[in-house]
Amino acid sequence: MEKMDLDEIKELVLNYVKNEYLDDEEIDLDYDTPLISSGYVDSFSMVSLLVFLENKFKIKIPPSKATPEAFDSVNKIIALVDQFTG
Amino acid sequence: MSNIGSYQKRLLNFNWSLAEKELEYHDGDIINIGWYCSDRICLQGKGDRIALHFENFAGKERKYTFNDIRLASNTVGTLLTNLGLQNRDRICLFMDRVPELYFSFLGILKIGAVAQPLFSAFGDESLYVRLEDAQTRAIITQSKYLPKIRRIRDKLPFLEYIIVLDHTKTKNLENKEYAFYLEEIPAVEKMEIFPTKSESPSVLHYTSGTTGQPKGVQHVHYSLISQYLTTKWVLDLQDDDIYWCTADPGWVTGTSYGIIGPWSLGITQCVLDAGFSAQAWYRFIEKYKISMWYSSPTAIRSLMKAGNELAMSYDLSSLRHLASIGEPLNPEAVIWSQRVFGKPFHDTYWQTETGSIMISNFPGMKIKPGSMGKPFPGITGVILDQERFEPIKEAGKIGLIAFRPGWPAMMRGYCNNQEIYKKKFVGRWYLTGDKGSIDNEGYFWFVGRDDDIINTGGHLVSPFEVESALLEYPAIGESAVVSKPDEVNMEVVKAFITLKPGFLFNSELELDIMNFIRKRLSSLAMPQEIEYMDKLPRTRSGKIMRRLLHAKEWGEDIGDISTLEND
Repeated sequence: MEKMDLDEIKELVLNYVKNEYLDDEEIDLDYDTPLISSGYVDSFSMVSLLVFLENKFKIKIPPSKATPEAFDSVNKIIALVDQFTG
Repeated sequence: MSNIGSYQKRLLNFNWSLAEKELEYHDGDIINIGWYCSDRICLQGKGDRIALHFENFAGKERKYTFNDIRLASNTVGTLLTNLGLQNRDRICLFMDRVPELYFSFLGILKIGAVAQPLFSAFGDESLYVRLEDAQTRAIITQSKYLPKIRRIRDKLPFLEYIIVLDHTKTKNLENKEYAFYLEEIPAVEKMEIFPTKSESPSVLHYTSGTTGQPKGVQHVHYSLISQYLTTKWVLDLQDDDIYWCTADPGWVTGTSYGIIGPWSLGITQCVLDAGFSAQAWYRFIEKYKISMWYSSPTAIRSLMKAGNELAMSYDLSSLRHLASIGEPLNPEAVIWSQRVFGKPFHDTYWQTETGSIMISNFPGMKIKPGSMGKPFPGITGVILDQERFEPIKEAGKIGLIAFRPGWPAMMRGYCNNQEIYKKKFVGRWYLTGDKGSIDNEGYFWFVGRDDDIINTGGHLVSPFEVESALLEYPAIGESAVVSKPDEVNMEVVKAFITLKPGFLFNSELELDIMNFIRKRLSSLAMPQEIEYMDKLPRTRSGKIMRRLLHAKEWGEDIGDISTLEND
C-alpha cells in the first residue's frame, strides 16, 4: 500500500463508511459524527468495518481493542489504527 | 408489594377473565388496542400523564402525554383513511424507534388495519420478501430509508403508498410517495375508531423460518388480554413506574412490551433511539429515573464487559425491577446484576408466536440463576418426549418445550403458510422449537433450539436464508451456515463456503461477501466469519452435513459420521 498521510486516511475511512453503511446521501457525516452510538453502524456491522481496516492498513486489531467505543467516530477509528500501524 | 403477590395463590382458579374485567371488556365487545393504549387512558383521567420520553443519539428530547399520543394516533389514522387505506390492509412500519413509529402503530390499529413492523436495518431482499409475502399495501417510513424502498418497489405490485413522516422537502417525491410532517398537520380530536373484535387481525410480525422463508406471524386484538396481564404481573409495572424496554418495535418485544403492555396500563415509558453504549444507557437510566427495565442478555453481557466501575459511577438507585428477554440469561449475568444493581435480572421466555410471556421468574419468587422460571398462571407448559410427544414426568430430562394452546395472545396463523402452522402443533400441544427440562421444583431450564435456527443477540436468523443469499454471490459454489459461540451475542452467524473455479479466497473477498449479505439481508445475518473449504462435508446422498460443522464450532462430539461421503 502506498504511504498515505493522515488526512488521506481519514478521507478514505469516511468515504468507506458513507458508501457502505449509509443509504441516505443527505446524512451529514464528519470525522466526529458518532457512528456506533448513533446507530449508523450497528454492532454486528462493526465486524465488516474491522475487516476493512485490517485489509486496508495491513494490520491486526485484537478483539479486546475493537470495541464500540473505539469505533464510534472516524477520528477514533484513526486513533485505533494508528496504534497498530508502523 | 408486587402486583402478582403470591405466585402460588395466582395459580389457583386462574382465569383470563380477570384481565378482561380490569380492562372492562366483555365477550363480544369491540376491542381495539389503539383505543385501549391512548383514548381509554385519557378517559381514566390520565391524559396529562407523560406517555413517552424520547431521546435520540444526539440528546434531542421530545415528550408526549397520553393525550398527545391519542391525538397523534388519531391524526395518523385519519391521514391513512383519507389516503384510501382501510381495515385489514397491511401497513408496514419501517422506521427507527422515533415517536412517529409509536403514533403510527396505534393509528394503524385504530382504523382496523394490520400493523406490520419491520426492523429498519433489514437489507433490500429481507424487506422485499416480507412486503411481498404480506401483500403490504402501504409503508410508513423515514426519508433516510426511501432509497432502499425505491430499489424494490417496482417488484411489489400491492404496494400503493409510501408514506414518509419526516420528509425534509428537499427531495422530489416520486410515484406512490406521500410526505407529511405530523407536527404541521392539525391534530384530529375525534376519529371513528374501527370496531375491531377479539379475532380481528392486529399485528403481523415476521420471524425466521426453518425452511428459509420468513414467516409472518398473525396476531389479533384479543392479544391485549395477556399482554396487559403479563406486563402487570411479570414486569410488575406499577402506576408511578418509569419504564424502559430496550427492544426495537421491529421485533415482537418492542410492540407487545414496548407499546401495548405499558400503554394499556397507562405507564410512562422512555425510548432511546441510539446504538448501544454502556455510558449512554446508564446516563439514560439516571436522567429519567427509570424504575423498571426490560432488556436483553446481549445488552447485559455488554454492560458486564464495560465493567463494574462504570456502572457504579452513575446513580442507578431508581431501578426497582429488572427483567430480560431474547435468549437464555446466563447465571453469571444474574449474579452480576445482583452485585452491581442490587437486584437480579428476571429472565422471561416467550416467542413471536406466543405473543406474550409464557415462562418467567416472577417478582418475589426465588430465582435460580440460569433458569427460565415457571409458567405464567393459565399457561400449561410441559417438556415433551421427542419421539412420542408425551409429557415427560422425570425431572431434569431433556425434551421439547411445549404449551397447551388457548392463551389470548397466541398467534392465529402464519401468513400464507397454513401447512407450516399446522406443523407447530402435535396432539394437544404447541411446539416451540426449543428444548429444555424441568427440575424437581417446577423450574424450566433452556437447553437449545430443536432446529438449525440461529439466535444471535436475541434475534432469530435462518441459516437457510443466509445460505441461499450466499449462493447468489458470483464466486460462491456451495455454502453452509451454522452458529458459532460468541461471548456477547450468545451465538453469531458463521459461513463455510467453496468457490467456483477461477476464484481465490482472500480477506478482500471475505469482506465483499460480508457486505453483500449485510445489504441483501441484514447485519444480523451477515456472517461474522467466513471459512473457505475445498469441499463441504456431505452425506453419501449429497446432503451437506451442517451438524458436523456446528459440532466443530462448538467443540462438541461430532457423533455418528458413518454416512459421511468419502473421497
